[in-house]
Amino acid sequence: MPIKLPSFRGRRDAYPPDLWTKCPSCEEMLFNKQLDKVLRVCPSCGHHFRLSAQARLDLLVDHGSFEEHDAGLQSVDPLGFVDQKPYPDRVAAAQTATGMRDAAVWGTARLDGHAVAICVMDFGFMGGSMGAVVGEKVARAAEHALKARVPLVVVSASGGARMQEGTLALMQLAKTIGALERLRDARVPYLSVMTDPTTGGVFASYAVLGDVNLAEPNALIGFAGARVSAGTIAQELPPGFQRSEFLFEHGFVDLVVHRSQLRDELALLLRYLVPASLSADDTDDGVGVLRPRSLLAALTPAGIRAEADRG
Amino acid sequence: MVDRFITRAREAAGAHAPAGHGPGDSQPGAGGAAADPTDPKAAVWARVQLARNLRRPRTLELLEAIADEVIELHGDRLFGDDAAVVAGFARIDGRRVVVVGQQKGADTDENIRRNFGMPHPEGYRKAMRVMELAERFGLPVVTFVDVPGAHPGPESEERGIAEAIARSIGMMTRLRTPIVAVITGEGGSGGALAIAVGDVVIALENAVYSVISPEGCAAILWRTADEAPSAALAMKMTAADQAALGVVDIVVPEPGEGAHADHAETGRRLRQVIVAQLDALGQVPLDELVEARYRRYRNLGAYTEATTPAVAPPERPGLADRLRNLLDPGRWPTVQLPAPGRGRDEPPAREEV
Repeated sequence: MPIKLPSFRGRRDAYPPDLWTKCPSCEEMLFNKQLDKVLRVCPSCGHHFRLSAQARLDLLVDHGSFEEHDAGLQSVDPLGFVDQKPYPDRVAAAQTATGMRDAAVWGTARLDGHAVAICVMDFGFMGGSMGAVVGEKVARAAEHALKARVPLVVVSASGGARMQEGTLALMQLAKTIGALERLRDARVPYLSVMTDPTTGGVFASYAVLGDVNLAEPNALIGFAGARVSAGTIAQELPPGFQRSEFLFEHGFVDLVVHRSQLRDELALLLRYLVPASLSADDTDDGVGVLRPRSLLAALTPAGIRAEADRG
Repeated sequence: MVDRFITRAREAAGAHAPAGHGPGDSQPGAGGAAADPTDPKAAVWARVQLARNLRRPRTLELLEAIADEVIELHGDRLFGDDAAVVAGFARIDGRRVVVVGQQKGADTDENIRRNFGMPHPEGYRKAMRVMELAERFGLPVVTFVDVPGAHPGPESEERGIAEAIARSIGMMTRLRTPIVAVITGEGGSGGALAIAVGDVVIALENAVYSVISPEGCAAILWRTADEAPSAALAMKMTAADQAALGVVDIVVPEPGEGAHADHAETGRRLRQVIVAQLDALGQVPLDELVEARYRRYRNLGAYTEATTPAVAPPERPGLADRLRNLLDPGRWPTVQLPAPGRGRDEPPAREEV
């Protein structure tokens, strides 16, 4: 019986995945530490790599201001779903791989001084799929935003609803949208950020419904998967189909924003969307050169009184 | 495109021909369903085929049996009129209501005209327009859901199918009038939910409701669409299972071998239930009604709240572990390198939702 010697020569494209990453767009080899420094955007072609939920929070919120809520929410297996592997095993594997409990994290934080409720998704956890936990976290974030009257920011990265939870995952669309509708009625602002990828039931629920929709460049954003489209309609898909710029061109995204600008852009928008009544507890007094909020406040009698009190 | 659907339509019609062996039996599961009724997978698949049966009554046929009078309205006032969605006014047992429903075709010509019951954004926007009328003029809404899924093509995406679905769901969560939703055939994912948010959700016995088509689910999780019956079983998509999950409130039994066998009797049974629900919901003050509807969907979905600290971060393999793995995998109970599939830049898992 021949002894199988270990092969010392790896495959030509093999590389230690924890040290180097190959840019899928321009094929440049990028040193991970370097890549992390530039917010995981390829320095040579501008390809936006996916971010973990933690990295996304570090990027967006003021340092040390994030306070996670409902960290203990965890999926159960309502259907007893087994495909080639039982659903609980898949969840456990994803938890070990990512160190997260499910595909979303929500909490309160400050974004450039503005108090916000923020929910971020992580594609690394089962494709960012939305089951009951993700739906619940988005809904709770929205309900908190409503109660505390602070703006809601949701950063989406998801393949869609989680098939393993069946129609209960589908019902998360109604759950999250219902909560957002209440936010809209109460005139509490909601900013939606779509990152690569935002598809299926997540796109068709909270991601598309932002008062302002932002997207990272060239992110895959769409309703039906390319495979579904191709399989069902046997039709040539236009170039750039379902990318951020396609959505922008067709009027469903307000701004396509480079990752390095994202935080500033959100902060700028919040200055317009957060009325004086919502930002009473704001602490960024006096430092900003432009203070449109104070100008606005000064135009109303209540605002004039408030300004006088402050003075 | 058309060929594909004609084949599927033939299968749907053929699988339940008296002998149970129509021309579509080459598809796995379709013939087996009739062969062994004790196999749960086959039983579920038989229901999926029944839900897709070409002769199954659609919205207009059901209305013919249920309503005394129907006035169909057309157009979304923004782009066009989508024949895959029908909407308008109807009188059911003397009660004036607004109806919205999806409409597949009964034959190939009609199916081409109605896009095989797959609505474009304008279909959902028509539905919204008519539901807004219902709210404004104090009429209850009855919806009939029978859709393989919203149309997944480029035109649909360009005109914002996701936005139309999300807005329609949103409108239904806050509409200040009673809503009774009836799943009559295929409840295909977001395209179905867009008109299926209700105070009461009714399903016909052989209707199915799922987050993704069984073929799509099988293609993703089993890597072959041939496993669709397994996916259908795993997703618990039958009306009875959906009632057990709380997604559906009432299951209405169908006459004989299915709704396609007797449209009039199916309509009569549905009318009884719809009328009873409309009368009950009509008694509830609107504020309570909308709050209860919000709560209904707010409470769907199962999760637990763990108190233990967060899951430990993954252990990163050191250099020695990597060398061991590289040189002689399997000899040591080594720390696993992160599986390639778990990387940050794996190709996106796409879903049809």
